[in-house]
Amino acid sequence: MSQFFSQYGGQIFELTLEHLWLTGMAMLFAAGISVPVGIWLTRSERWAPPVMAVANILQTIPSLALFGLLLPLPWLGERAARIAIVALTAYALLPILRNTYAGIRGIDPAVLEVAHALGLTGRQRLFRVELPLAASLIFAGLRTATVTCVGVATIAAAVGAGGLGELIFRGVASVDNRLVLAGAIPAALLALIADGLLGLLERRFRVPAK
Amino acid sequence: MPAAIEFRDVTFRTRQGRLLLDRISFGVEEGTTTAILGRSGSGKTTLLRTVNRMVEPSSGDVLVNRKSVRDYDLIELRRSVGYVIQETGLFPHITVERNVTVVPEISGTRRSDCRNRGHELLSNVGLDPGSFAQRYPHQLSGGQRQRVGLARALAAEPPILLMDEPFGALDPLTRAEMQDMLRGLLERFNKTALIITHNLDEALYLASRIVLVSHGKLVANVEATGFLTSQDPEVEEYVRAFRRGEREMEQEEGNA
Repeated sequence: MSQFFSQYGGQIFELTLEHLWLTGMAMLFAAGISVPVGIWLTRSERWAPPVMAVANILQTIPSLALFGLLLPLPWLGERAARIAIVALTAYALLPILRNTYAGIRGIDPAVLEVAHALGLTGRQRLFRVELPLAASLIFAGLRTATVTCVGVATIAAAVGAGGLGELIFRGVASVDNRLVLAGAIPAALLALIADGLLGLLERRFRVPAK
Repeated sequence: MPAAIEFRDVTFRTRQGRLLLDRISFGVEEGTTTAILGRSGSGKTTLLRTVNRMVEPSSGDVLVNRKSVRDYDLIELRRSVGYVIQETGLFPHITVERNVTVVPEISGTRRSDCRNRGHELLSNVGLDPGSFAQRYPHQLSGGQRQRVGLARALAAEPPILLMDEPFGALDPLTRAEMQDMLRGLLERFNKTALIITHNLDEALYLASRIVLVSHGKLVANVEATGFLTSQDPEVEEYVRAFRRGEREMEQEEGNA
């Protein structure tokens, strides 16, 4: 066992960082797209069904197929990590988008009415009332998306994007369960840690009922 | 005395073409309280909301201090008109103190001044700042929430207060306490108030004038002292219906 770690320890650490980088970047992009779009949808209701449908369709594409489809694209196809980040971003869109939309739409209408009547500007309403009240649900969306992406990111190794999936694929190819576990266990731990941390934020921002 | 609020032929039609307000005209004198009475769906709330432009009339105009509400900056207008509703609409994620001082805070008042103002307002509405300032809305009773809502409406020292059934959800005892407190505050701060209520006795107790609205039309605008003895058939009918409703409710409570 110690021999295994002395041989692969450095690699496991590096690939864990790579995995974190892929997932983290994808989550940043997904949140950067989904939260503003979710807010916009609450202002332009008629666009909500088609936009949600697109995000939904993206999520139904099998991950391996999506990586494969992105491979021949110019610029993207040049670096496997780019493909992985774009694909993971696509997977993370729906939960964050849906929760941002639902979080703001679910705010007590009386609270919003008073926010208008007190003379809060659009920006003040958004940052002082809507986003704080929707924050718990938005973090719940981020949590779902992150846990999904940590898992899906292991498949990104199939197109050479690196990450912990590389150890899993190597382990499967060489029928070495130790390598499979060396990829799977840190990936599972990453998912659990992300789940725990985002769960804490979700609870921190939860607004008590009346 | 000049009218602090004046409705001039205010008409409001929904996009579907339903007429909710039909050429309503009347004035509210400065420093007085006017109650708007009427059945559910008669257009009372829509009428009230034309004052702070939460509703834009289809035609006609509303004047605040002799100036059309359309000529005010919308944000400035709303910050100068206090607004209280039955559901309170307190912001559940911030403390009572910050709820109360939200308007001064967004207007750029210093935090320490906001705190002092918040404590003063809480005392004015009968809540001890020491034990209530740091609570959250969900930790308050219905009556306490309504007091906080009222304190918040008074925070920017608005000359006008709009109140939509502020005490509708409270038990009779708390309601009576709140009526006493409100009457005291309105007199003390010389506010012009427009208050919607379903309770005739509340209207008679708080207001100097009563406006009766039915199917979007103003059907009576009389002194509160003369409301019960008014010969106006619409007023007589309303008073009869209200008393009948009261008796039925008493009977139901007696049977229960």
